[in-house]
Amino acid sequence: MKIAVCVKYVPDAQADPRFAADHTTDRAGVEGHLSELDEYAVEEALKISEAQGDSTVTVVTVGPGQAADAVRKALQMGADAGVHVVDDAVHGSDALATSLVLAKALGKLEYDLVLTGMASTDGVMGVVPAMLAERLGLPQVTYAGSLEVSGGTVRIQREGDTSTEVVEAPLPAVVSVTDQINDPRYPSFKGIMAAKKKPVQTWSLADLGVAADEVGASAAWSVVDGITARPPRQAGEIVTDEGDGGQKLVAFLAGAKLV
Amino acid sequence: MSQILVLVDHVEGSVRKTTTELLTIARRFGEPAAVFIGPGYDQAASTLAEFGATTVYQVDGVVDDYLVLAKAEALAAVVEAAGGAGALGGILITSTPEGKEIAGRLAVKLSSGIITDAVDVQAGPDGAPTTRQGVFAGSFVVTARVTKGVPIITVKPNSAAPEPSPVTAPTVTPVPVTPSSLATASKIVERRPKAKSGRPDLSEAAYIVSGGRGTNGDFTAVEAFADALGAAVGASRAAVDAGWYPHSTQVGQTGKQVSPQLYVAAGISGAIQHRAGMQTSKTIVAVNKDREAPIFELADFGVVGDLFAVLPQATEEVLKRKG
Repeated sequence: MKIAVCVKYVPDAQADPRFAADHTTDRAGVEGHLSELDEYAVEEALKISEAQGDSTVTVVTVGPGQAADAVRKALQMGADAGVHVVDDAVHGSDALATSLVLAKALGKLEYDLVLTGMASTDGVMGVVPAMLAERLGLPQVTYAGSLEVSGGTVRIQREGDTSTEVVEAPLPAVVSVTDQINDPRYPSFKGIMAAKKKPVQTWSLADLGVAADEVGASAAWSVVDGITARPPRQAGEIVTDEGDGGQKLVAFLAGAKLV
Repeated sequence: MSQILVLVDHVEGSVRKTTTELLTIARRFGEPAAVFIGPGYDQAASTLAEFGATTVYQVDGVVDDYLVLAKAEALAAVVEAAGGAGALGGILITSTPEGKEIAGRLAVKLSSGIITDAVDVQAGPDGAPTTRQGVFAGSFVVTARVTKGVPIITVKPNSAAPEPSPVTAPTVTPVPVTPSSLATASKIVERRPKAKSGRPDLSEAAYIVSGGRGTNGDFTAVEAFADALGAAVGASRAAVDAGWYPHSTQVGQTGKQVSPQLYVAAGISGAIQHRAGMQTSKTIVAVNKDREAPIFELADFGVVGDLFAVLPQATEEVLKRKG
């Protein structure tokens, strides 16, 4: 079975985010890594590959030069090969353009299953899996909390607010997974050494047949007019419970007209 | 005035509050037109008219057993019935995981821009909608607008106070839809209903009381305080990962992002993953044994103490005040 996993390189959530003059995230000097939510997709791909045998796992990313780190991490976890689409024209792309580039990159690969995380940890829109399925003309099965593949069918369970749903789709399909699905492995020393020899292809937009004016900030179908830091919350009153903490809490709520 | 399509969020005709919020927002820059998919329109009709829907597009056809593509196709058919994307002033959808996916697919279908998770939508200088939304765990506020096609905007619950604007006789336009074979390829084969808690829905609740690691798996004090306040119950990722509370109640970056009037965090340290889901709450109250817990940096009021002592006393006090 051939599995493609789409992953994103994201800035460290602990770092103070900054924005460049063009309103994109300023990545200069900011540590980044494979989006945590994508580790679950990589892990699930590896589990399927190990269970089925005779399988390959290819990770695909679109991002700047540093995004090679995200591919490397997935290879260290055990993925077999990597694809990194890197092109200056991609800078500032919206989710629509990102999904276009990913779809074109997947178009050059063979796959039975496309796995993704449920959202990136930086943008957190959670729309790329659906857009990707739309562009590829594939069935979409999202927010998988567990997943089985057998006989050309993928079957997942997902947790809704009012019910647990079991969903089936024929392969090939685009499937996004949640952080409930597994516990991603840490790369082993052996895995780290082996990753150095694994093939990584670097593609430009020209390699994919995507015109530079189809992507990037100038082609985005929405525009950011301004970004302001949320004013820090005013420090509140902190009391230590001396047997009356509950009463003080309710007195505060009453003062704020909340009870 | 151009029509603004509002996708109605309902459970068998019982219209959710988020839809009345969207109808209220739509009136700021156009004429609200409700898109009703699924059974139960007769029950929904009065609410949609009360909140200003001058037109209702009623989608005929079975789409409920399928995933978002069938709904995205239905909306695309409604757009056509309404005169095409160029005739519309916007499309508003509730910012749920499903709503965002419908919006994403529709954006590709209509070659239109999309903005998700708006917390405010207003008419801009040219009359087109401009949005505000939080980014990076709500630490920044972005203003944005769609520049191509019809603006497709998903709006978070509690982004507006619903205001009635009754319409006496909305125009009801049936739109027949047959889902494509691709839309019916992914199918819900089984639904296992969850036990109802009887508490308010987490994403819409005005008050939320959440428990974390500090509960040690015992949510009785959290639930009792929530019930005294009429609040929904939430949980931190630590509590969910430990199996103490269901994933559907998780508040945080990978769970629900909530913005209630009152958020009470009990036994929750306030890791960035949790803060990303609740720091835009209007009033935040924290109860934690550890004075150094980062949650106190956000709290309007904090009690350093044992939640198993503080919450029961607070519960008793609330009940006493309510008489």
